Amino acid sequence: MSALDKKLFRDLASLRGQVITIALVVACGIASYIAMRTAYDSLITSRDEYYEKYRFADVFANLKRAPRSLAERIENIPGVVEVQTRVVERVLVPLDKLPRPVSGTIVSVDRHATSQLNGLFLKEGRELDPRHPDEVILIDGFATAHDLRPGSSLPVVINGTLRKLRVVGVALSPEFVMTLAPGQLTYDPGLAPVLWMNHAALEAAFRLEGAFNSVTLRLERDASRAAVLTELDMVLKPYGGIGSVARDKQQSNYMLSGELAQLDSMAGFVPYLFLGVAALLVNVVLSRLVQLQRSSIATLKAIGYDDRAITLHYLKLVSVIVIGGAALGIGVGSYLGRLEMHLYTDQFFRFAEPRYVLAPSAVIFSVAISVASACFGAWFAVRRVATMPPAEAMRPAAPARYRRSLLEVLGVWRFLTPVMRMIWRELSRRPLRLMLSALGIALGVGINVVARSMTDSMDYLIDVQFHRSMREDLNVTFMNPVPRSALSSLRSIPGVHYAESLRSVPVRFRSAHQYRDAVIQGYSDQQALRKLIDDHAIEVSVPEHGMLLTEKLAEILGVRPGERITVEIREGDFRETSVTVAGLVREPFGLSGHMTERSLARLLGDTAPISTALLTVEPNAVESIERRLKTFPTVASVASPQDFKRQFNEQSAAIMNVFMFIMSLFATIIAVGVIYNNARVALSQRDRDLASLRVLGFTKREVAAILFGEQAIQIAISIPLGLYVGRALTIAMMTNADPETYRLPVSISAQTYVFAIGVTLIAAVLSALLLRRKLDQLDLIGVLKTRE
Amino acid sequence: MSERREQAASERSEPLGEAVLWARGLTKIYQMGEVEVQALRGVDFALHRGELLVLLGASGSGKSTLLNIVGGLDVPTSGQVFYSGQDLSQADDKELTNFRRRNIGFVFQFYNLIPSLTAAENVALVTDIADESLHPRDALALVGLSARADHFPSQLSGGEQQRVAIARAIAKQPKILLCDEPTGALDYRTGIAVLEVLERVNREFGTATAVITHNAPVAEMADRVVSLADGRIISDHKNPARKSPRELAW
Repeated sequence: MSALDKKLFRDLASLRGQVITIALVVACGIASYIAMRTAYDSLITSRDEYYEKYRFADVFANLKRAPRSLAERIENIPGVVEVQTRVVERVLVPLDKLPRPVSGTIVSVDRHATSQLNGLFLKEGRELDPRHPDEVILIDGFATAHDLRPGSSLPVVINGTLRKLRVVGVALSPEFVMTLAPGQLTYDPGLAPVLWMNHAALEAAFRLEGAFNSVTLRLERDASRAAVLTELDMVLKPYGGIGSVARDKQQSNYMLSGELAQLDSMAGFVPYLFLGVAALLVNVVLSRLVQLQRSSIATLKAIGYDDRAITLHYLKLVSVIVIGGAALGIGVGSYLGRLEMHLYTDQFFRFAEPRYVLAPSAVIFSVAISVASACFGAWFAVRRVATMPPAEAMRPAAPARYRRSLLEVLGVWRFLTPVMRMIWRELSRRPLRLMLSALGIALGVGINVVARSMTDSMDYLIDVQFHRSMREDLNVTFMNPVPRSALSSLRSIPGVHYAESLRSVPVRFRSAHQYRDAVIQGYSDQQALRKLIDDHAIEVSVPEHGMLLTEKLAEILGVRPGERITVEIREGDFRETSVTVAGLVREPFGLSGHMTERSLARLLGDTAPISTALLTVEPNAVESIERRLKTFPTVASVASPQDFKRQFNEQSAAIMNVFMFIMSLFATIIAVGVIYNNARVALSQRDRDLASLRVLGFTKREVAAILFGEQAIQIAISIPLGLYVGRALTIAMMTNADPETYRLPVSISAQTYVFAIGVTLIAAVLSALLLRRKLDQLDLIGVLKTRE
Repeated sequence: MSERREQAASERSEPLGEAVLWARGLTKIYQMGEVEVQALRGVDFALHRGELLVLLGASGSGKSTLLNIVGGLDVPTSGQVFYSGQDLSQADDKELTNFRRRNIGFVFQFYNLIPSLTAAENVALVTDIADESLHPRDALALVGLSARADHFPSQLSGGEQQRVAIARAIAKQPKILLCDEPTGALDYRTGIAVLEVLERVNREFGTATAVITHNAPVAEMADRVVSLADGRIISDHKNPARKSPRELAW
């Protein structure tokens, strides 16, 4: 090993405090990058592989009834490769132990059909035996939630008849990764059963022998989806076709995409932010570290090393630190990435065979950015010294030049003690350096704000949605719209205080080539339990004429207030009509239209039946009311906002919280690393002055006050700056995210600010304690013997 | 201030007074890795009221170590140091700091001024924490630097910087002034000017002053000359008469 390399290891050992903290900053940057990027990429890869392997269809369409022979016509549509016809119906699953009614989907399976799209991944049990009409395969999420296994008996109301079916298998399907039960806002696998049954048995139950009511297609890779959809709609129209959708708008995939887009808004921003901040800080800190080596660099030059060798030496020094940190970062990052992916796939996105992929590109990218940034900082610092003649560089840096500042001209100066003047002059002499240090700390503060802001937005969303908008205790969704008189029978159930109606009509909004499937909500005049609330928590009143549209929906459809929009109704007579957009409302959740019940009835030309009832109830009567509702054949489901809230907290929020905790931890380590190194470098630069003061009779405490006074001022500048930076970064992140499911408002709580400030102050105190030891050991004698 | 000067002058007229600071049997061993370096090997030392003492010795003779120990910057391995009845060899860091703060003025080879403070502010640094002190501008006037009071160290020559350091040392009116190679970094003419200031301070204030040097001719300005070699005192003699720094030549 060359003498220079030995020096490298000695330097690393003697600088260990700084080496470790800098390596940790690098590790945090890389770990957060790798964790978030690879978790997201692995989810996407797992989804794509799942869809591919289990032949998730490209097009889906529902209709009333068509003869199976129609499949041939569909096959002839240009671009269609494969056609799967089947029966898909809604059923009730009245589990004994569940007081409330649960409705789900039943799908026919024909094992002998030529086309096998949307294949099942059988987790447990076996395939259906066509000889046994009472066998079903049950979706995994529901089976797990209710502890149902192959061999269990399952009560199912099929087309009005209660039957006992036998579960023979538990499976996953790419078509039902996330499903919403009627009346639900959140994905609750325990309330969203999906069953697969022999086609002959199911056709018989719904009197659809030789017919089908659902069709899915696989297309050629380069087929025009729009053309196929148009053609398919034309073919299905006479058979009660209600509009086909491509894969992107298939319900489960649409919801899954929305969740992934939400995740992407973070994964596409936060990792780069952390990596970038860490790289920038490492650049600054290492460049200062190298500057302290001024006399060593000069000595090396003087004894004959050339600039290249010296530069290489210092690049090696910083590379060892960064690569050490990177190795740790990759290890921790891939562990957390795997953990995060499994958090999602275990309880949220049920993929058949999720696979964690640590993409080499993510590793290379993050390490390269960190090394490059560190080396650039070191190179710059070495060059500044190396370009001087060695004799000059070996002399101490020329005594710093100080100037009188504005403060001195003003009267204030007189009241400052020499120590305060020292602090002031030191800081004001190099304002750029001060700003850079403050900015570094500010970034540490800022990423702490970003890390927690997501949780704040979630809390805000929950508050707006579940406390201010949905004020009912229970909501009851009917299988089909029922007459208003149903409200009085609900009111007569013991324990029900009050009942009001809400009408939700499934529609397809269309404007030019754009369309979205959504609902129109109809509000009564005395609507007390459901308020239309915008993202600033302000109640919006529904206009008497026309319709309010979710702002995001208007943006997608390209319509503005005052314009008319086409509405294809998906119930009753399936009419197509149009309505004027009266205004827009910024909603944090979903896509919908809002009208008064009256004008909605006018639009539909009906007698204003109701689709949902909202109830306030006696708290301890909930279960008996639910049991009672279970006996109503018209009731599809009963839900409560409290359940949504719980569900939401358990899923999105739980995952988000794990993630935010990790990010906060990283942000904290980064903040500590920066503050400690800042102070440590300041001590190295000032140790001579401080030791001189000690010789003159200043106490340890007085000397510490000088060093920490400077640091305190930096931190005082950095905190407000950091809060501002954090807010700006949060806004940037939220703007980056604009998925169709959630639009999280920027809402940063006071606690988040307090937390970010607290972390910074704790980091400052910790650094001070660590440095206090070094400060107490200042070499009083050595400092008098040398110039530097 | 003038009263003090008169009083000091009257004290000076008496034979050298009792010791303000004395040490007995000082040894100092530095542990340099695995090697022990014995810097002092049993030194008895006294600094008397009002005297100007020169400590002479080659580099490595132990003179700086001795000065650091009696100045409260370091502690002996064995032996005792007394100041006004206080045993400094038993003092903790806090007591040593307090001792330096109240009683000792230091002048160093490399001045050790704070670059971010002006001359006057560097002096004020000390007067702020001292009990009875001169006004910083008066202290600067004593070393002939009134006109440079508002200059930063980077705007002063080496000699001027050293005079600021002396002003800083004497501004708190210490009992003892300790100077470690005060002319070491200066050329001859500037060096003489600095020694003149030291001599004047000693004469007018009666501050007991110890000056370390390896430069033998400087000894001629002293009341008493102590020579060290290899950690021991090899001679201790009084000059029959002090020479004025102006008369020195090297």
